[in-house]
Amino acid sequence: MIIPVLTVIGILFSNNLKGTRVISAIGMGVQLLLSAYLVFYYLAVKGTGNLHEMIMVSDHMWFPSLNIHYVVGVDGIAVAMIALTAIITFAGIFASWEMKNLHREFFITLILLATGVFGFFISLDLFTMFLFYELAVIPMYLLIGIWGTGPKEASAMKLTLMLMAGSALLLVGILGLYFNSAPGSGQYTFNILEISKVHIPITAQRLFFPLTFIGFGVLGALFPFHTWSPDGHASAPTAVSMLHAGVLMKLGAYGCFRVAMFLMPEAAHEMAWVFIILTSISVVYGAFGAIKQKDLKYINAYSSVSHVGLILFALLMMNKVAVDGAILQMISHGLMTALFFALIGMIYGRTHTRDITKMGGLMKVIPFLSVMYVIAGFASLGLPGFSGFVAEMTIFVGAFQHSDMFHRVATILVVSSIVVTAVYVLRVVGILLLGPIKHEEHLKLQDAKWYERLSTITLLTAITGIGILPLWLSDTILGSLQPFVEKLAVFLN
Amino acid sequence: MSGFHDILLMKHELLLVISALVIIIADLFYSGNNKSGIINFSLVLFFIVTVISFVPTGTGNLFGGAFQGSSLTDFMKDILNVAVLIIFLQSESYLKKPDNVEKVGEFFAIILMTIVGMDFMISAGDFLTFFIGLETASIPVAGLTAYDRYKSKSAEAGVKLILLSALSSGVLLFGLSMIYGATGSIYFVDIASKVTTSPLIVIGFIFFVSGMAFKLSLVPFHLWAADVYEGSPVNVTSFLSVVSKGAAAFIFTIVLFTVFKNIVHVWQDVLYALAVLTMTIGNLFALRQDNIKRFLAFSSIAQAGYILLGIMGTGALGMTSIVYFILIYVFTNLAAFGVAAAIYNASGIENISGYKNLYSTNPKLSLLMMLAMFSLAGIPPVAGFFGKFFLFTSAGSKGYFILVLIAVINATISLYYYLMVVKSMFIDKTDTPIVTFKSSVPMRISLVICAIGILSVGFFSGIFEYIMSLSSIIF
Repeated sequence: MIIPVLTVIGILFSNNLKGTRVISAIGMGVQLLLSAYLVFYYLAVKGTGNLHEMIMVSDHMWFPSLNIHYVVGVDGIAVAMIALTAIITFAGIFASWEMKNLHREFFITLILLATGVFGFFISLDLFTMFLFYELAVIPMYLLIGIWGTGPKEASAMKLTLMLMAGSALLLVGILGLYFNSAPGSGQYTFNILEISKVHIPITAQRLFFPLTFIGFGVLGALFPFHTWSPDGHASAPTAVSMLHAGVLMKLGAYGCFRVAMFLMPEAAHEMAWVFIILTSISVVYGAFGAIKQKDLKYINAYSSVSHVGLILFALLMMNKVAVDGAILQMISHGLMTALFFALIGMIYGRTHTRDITKMGGLMKVIPFLSVMYVIAGFASLGLPGFSGFVAEMTIFVGAFQHSDMFHRVATILVVSSIVVTAVYVLRVVGILLLGPIKHEEHLKLQDAKWYERLSTITLLTAITGIGILPLWLSDTILGSLQPFVEKLAVFLN
Repeated sequence: MSGFHDILLMKHELLLVISALVIIIADLFYSGNNKSGIINFSLVLFFIVTVISFVPTGTGNLFGGAFQGSSLTDFMKDILNVAVLIIFLQSESYLKKPDNVEKVGEFFAIILMTIVGMDFMISAGDFLTFFIGLETASIPVAGLTAYDRYKSKSAEAGVKLILLSALSSGVLLFGLSMIYGATGSIYFVDIASKVTTSPLIVIGFIFFVSGMAFKLSLVPFHLWAADVYEGSPVNVTSFLSVVSKGAAAFIFTIVLFTVFKNIVHVWQDVLYALAVLTMTIGNLFALRQDNIKRFLAFSSIAQAGYILLGIMGTGALGMTSIVYFILIYVFTNLAAFGVAAAIYNASGIENISGYKNLYSTNPKLSLLMMLAMFSLAGIPPVAGFFGKFFLFTSAGSKGYFILVLIAVINATISLYYYLMVVKSMFIDKTDTPIVTFKSSVPMRISLVICAIGILSVGFFSGIFEYIMSLSSIIF
């Protein structure tokens, strides 16, 4: 899986003309096809009764004396995440078609970012996983700092430092896992699958679970560590906002799930209540935050905080249905928010403002983009027929399986955020798209160009695809959830 | 003893002494306008010396245990040689300036004699050899820092260095005398078996650590560093902060691991405090620096703090992580200093705020500087990430997770100021960026070597495994 990405980078270095964007598009197109193939291949393999947890595992010894391997492999969840990343990167390339300033560097950095993300999802070794994680964070600084808008330098610095602080906690957590991975006299290991078979002492879990969970949680914009997110998203160029809200924040959630909870289930149970409170706050706070904003990107950024909070919330419910919903939500929200940011970028490119109070009646001048925006809004609301509905339903069904007071209250609180979501989505639609045109110059705006249509339609297809045929994706995920759920269930009683 | 073969153990030292003498003599024959010929002569000579030194000679000791050689010490000396070679390449255009050209012979000879001292310290088997090495390595450096003799800052740096250096040597010697008094021997092997936690030895040990901490510029013994670094010519600064410090780290580690191995808990506590102080203060002071040399000085103080974490891991893993980190540190820091020197030679600018928009005029230099900054900050995929990760792993192996946490938080703080350099070069706009220039050929060679080092040392696990195999034999 890593090979196509490397070749893409190779291609990018070798060219020096405006053909850059064509080559990037082709490279990411190939990547998209490969990941589509991967999904089918995975389903086919599972169909034939392959019971291995991971498939396509490839294991290379890297630093023998420390038992560090380069291990990659995928299970259903990783496959789904890779497909998501491929779709968004592909759409992102088209969304930044008009990048003029230092375009070659832009695409190289963007694809470097995507490489980090792909690498992260396929890693089965904590060391390589951490390496890819940091690899995904650093290009963000350059992307936002150089090609961003608004107070870009401050935002970029804030984002990078907060994420790196998260990864600092993570590093300690990883080392903690490593040195507890061999009770008795065995060889220490960074391999996730091997650690999952070992029982980590509970005292160590109590120390390292919060470190890893918060470490990844920072990337998932967990309240009170979310403040980088609105600024970062708002200042980033379109494609970066898409990738970042769409994929990178999911990377945090995926890490919480794959590393923190999967490897340290007991501590996860013990401390779940703290994080349930925090994630509930994230969900509600994010939704209310979005209501008050005037800048389109800020609205969306806060809504992302809310939605990703919901993912973490669902993960902490720790039953099969809710976690399944969480993964669905990762993908659904990834696509949806990427579509949002793409559209915002396109609207901004035309009107040169993101302040909703200065715009209005856009439906009349740019109908294609406007309709797309409405659809994305509906998907965000969780209307049936779109992916958001499937995901949120699954999460709430899972969450209601807990019958105690604490979980009930938290769940009801979180469910109520949907209403708030409706308020901010409809508010934007009302002000921005309907009503009178506020600015005369907006009459001259042109509707979407072909590459913009391609970008948005790709995302929309995926969103409705999941909405209409959720089981297809659910099947990919559910099989892989089994070991996770089993591991958690052992400690439930 | 089969004489000649044993003497070969000292090949690094012998070759260096010989070449230093050859350079001094050759200096006599280059006169007047030809003076700059000595630069090329020295470069070629030292290149040959470096290559020959890679020939393995095995393990053994000389002079009744006063001199010890092993593949590991050889490897350390090779790292120092390579670092010095890179520095020589980078100094070429600086030395060709009319002010300096009449004293180039001294520049090379002094540096070579300094490494001889360091090599003797690395191989020392008793405190006498150790101390002679220390003095040989310290005193000539003061001459180097005052090399820009027409600049008062440079002269000031030289005086400061020699006074403080003498003081620290005194403190160190005082500590050694106590240890000698308590154990009755100056030989490492004898002392190691007699070291206890008796107050006399612990006090002696603390004096010893203070002396070494001065060389490593650990907080609170770091105050000389910033002024001296700023006052010296760029190339001397890079020599001080890379070679001098690298050698001091090697020696410190060796002595702690061999001589004081019985009181590990005592020195782990001492180092714990020093590490926390050094990292935090180094980083906090680096935040506000604008002069690139001062900036790198404080950054290297912070880096020394991370090195202590590796030392605390003890054993083969600790040793390996130190040697590996220093190797990476050499390439990384010399890349940063190299770029700084190249810019200084071309434009006279040595402030970070003067680097604005450098990418638009000198993209290659900016990219290399960015790599160096990322490597110093410990960001993958460049080598610094691996170096730092293994240092932390080393400390983690002894359960110092809190310390590791402090260290990684510090690394995050440090990221801020490393990114400020990147920001200045790539993001900030100015109407008057540094004009496009081409560096001299030796400079470019040295930068390419550094770039290759930064990009490859991390990924090729072979180097790490090789060091591991060397240190496993001994520890």
